[in-house]
Amino acid sequence: MATASEAARMAERVARESYGRLVAFVSARTRDVAAAEDALAEAFATALRVWPAEGVPRNPAAWLLTVARRRHIDAVRQWQARRADEEQLRFMADELNEAPDDIPDQRLALMFACAHPAIEPGARAPLILQTLLGLNAADIAAAFLVSPATMGQRLVRAKARIKEAGIPFRIPEREELPGRLDAVLEAIYAAYSKAWGEIGEAASAALAGDAIWLARLITHLLPDEPETQGMLALMLYTEARRAARRGPEDTYVPLEKQDPGLWDDSLIEDAEALLREASSRGASGRYQIEAGIQSAHVVRRLTGINNWQAVVALYDHLRELTDSPVVALNRAAALSELESPAAALAALDAVADDRRLVDYQPYWATRGHLLALAGRTAEARQALTLAIGLASDSAVRNYLRGLIAGLNEASDGT
Amino acid sequence: MRFMMLIHHDEAALAAAPKQELWADYGAFNQALAKAGTGFTAGERLAGSKSATTVRVRSGKNTVLDGPYADTKEQFAGYFLIDVPDLDAAIKWAERCPSAKYGAIEMRPIETASQ
Repeated sequence: MATASEAARMAERVARESYGRLVAFVSARTRDVAAAEDALAEAFATALRVWPAEGVPRNPAAWLLTVARRRHIDAVRQWQARRADEEQLRFMADELNEAPDDIPDQRLALMFACAHPAIEPGARAPLILQTLLGLNAADIAAAFLVSPATMGQRLVRAKARIKEAGIPFRIPEREELPGRLDAVLEAIYAAYSKAWGEIGEAASAALAGDAIWLARLITHLLPDEPETQGMLALMLYTEARRAARRGPEDTYVPLEKQDPGLWDDSLIEDAEALLREASSRGASGRYQIEAGIQSAHVVRRLTGINNWQAVVALYDHLRELTDSPVVALNRAAALSELESPAAALAALDAVADDRRLVDYQPYWATRGHLLALAGRTAEARQALTLAIGLASDSAVRNYLRGLIAGLNEASDGT
Repeated sequence: MRFMMLIHHDEAALAAAPKQELWADYGAFNQALAKAGTGFTAGERLAGSKSATTVRVRSGKNTVLDGPYADTKEQFAGYFLIDVPDLDAAIKWAERCPSAKYGAIEMRPIETASQ
């Protein structure tokens, strides 16, 4: 039995789903995303208020359209109607009159428009969240840690650009699909990692759910692309551990110390199934390999079998695909388990000059941890202090402070 | 929709380019544009930016400057017009343009009355 709050959440999902479909369908014809949103804004707000309380109508899209038209007629009577709204509503009406239960799903085309190379990268994820899920600029801004005004401007500019620069609403041709799909996946994954990095914030927990929803949607719309499955699997492995990464009093718990009993088994099962299916399609991309690494962590913690060799090998494979210093960092952490902290530190020295790591918090945290294990106490204290300075999450800061306190005790004891 | 493709050349890179090959490529590119139909024009090529003169009128006073509008490494060097369904199609034409190797192609939609 679904509880009342679950039913309310379901109703909200349906409202967002129908809204996203209508926005996608109309803007694919008019290329005017902002006008499509405007035409539906009031109807959508009403749906978000009414459906969770009174239940979802039989045909959600038709309900939204009816309410939107009624508002429009009122606006016409008050001489406040805009011509753009009329055009948007007419497009919706045409389609719904012909096929009231099933308007063509253009959401994939909308995603490709939002993550087009001509849209600035920082606007792509927010744009997808707004146009497909109807999130408002203030909520997106909270999740992306920028001011609502900045986010609002960024979104307005991006929508104007779709219209004016001639960005198409279509699924790219086979030969250009891989590169363009990467941009879409990157945007969706950016939303998820934003949500995962900033733990404890309500806006972030909701964003994680939204990102997973989008990943499920694109996996459903592009069922033959192994990387979409790989990305969804990666998100689900991570999400499965959400409850376990917090101890009593909200302390931070690193992966190796987590209680696997707190992991969400059903999410892990979904992730494993997706990863198996993706792997069976051949060539592995970045997301599949990262999901493979998460799978190895899960297996090790559940069975106790040491598989660090496999983890390091997967990181080696990943490094061939990307020059990201983050990959080198994570590989070093795994190498510490496989060989020794000293070997890991030697490997890290190779990327120590990379400017991208200077203010990358996990780099200093990992480096400090490895230095501590290697007995280089003074350097460890320095690195961990930097990591505290760069951390935005207080639980992480407390955890690192605990590591430094441990260093002091160890050096006092000798 | 119609786009003007504005060619900006890195004049130093262009000077070092194998000329015969470049003009042969341009010949083929212009033929392809002509074949593509109405709304497609073969490009006009401008003389080098050293030959430019820039005029401004401010409060009734005019200044005439020796040199191009902006003193940048890449200089406006010519244009062509295309008529295509969307930006992706325009990007394809920009990629085909031999000048893309020696600078940048800027794609600007032509303003229409309804906008």
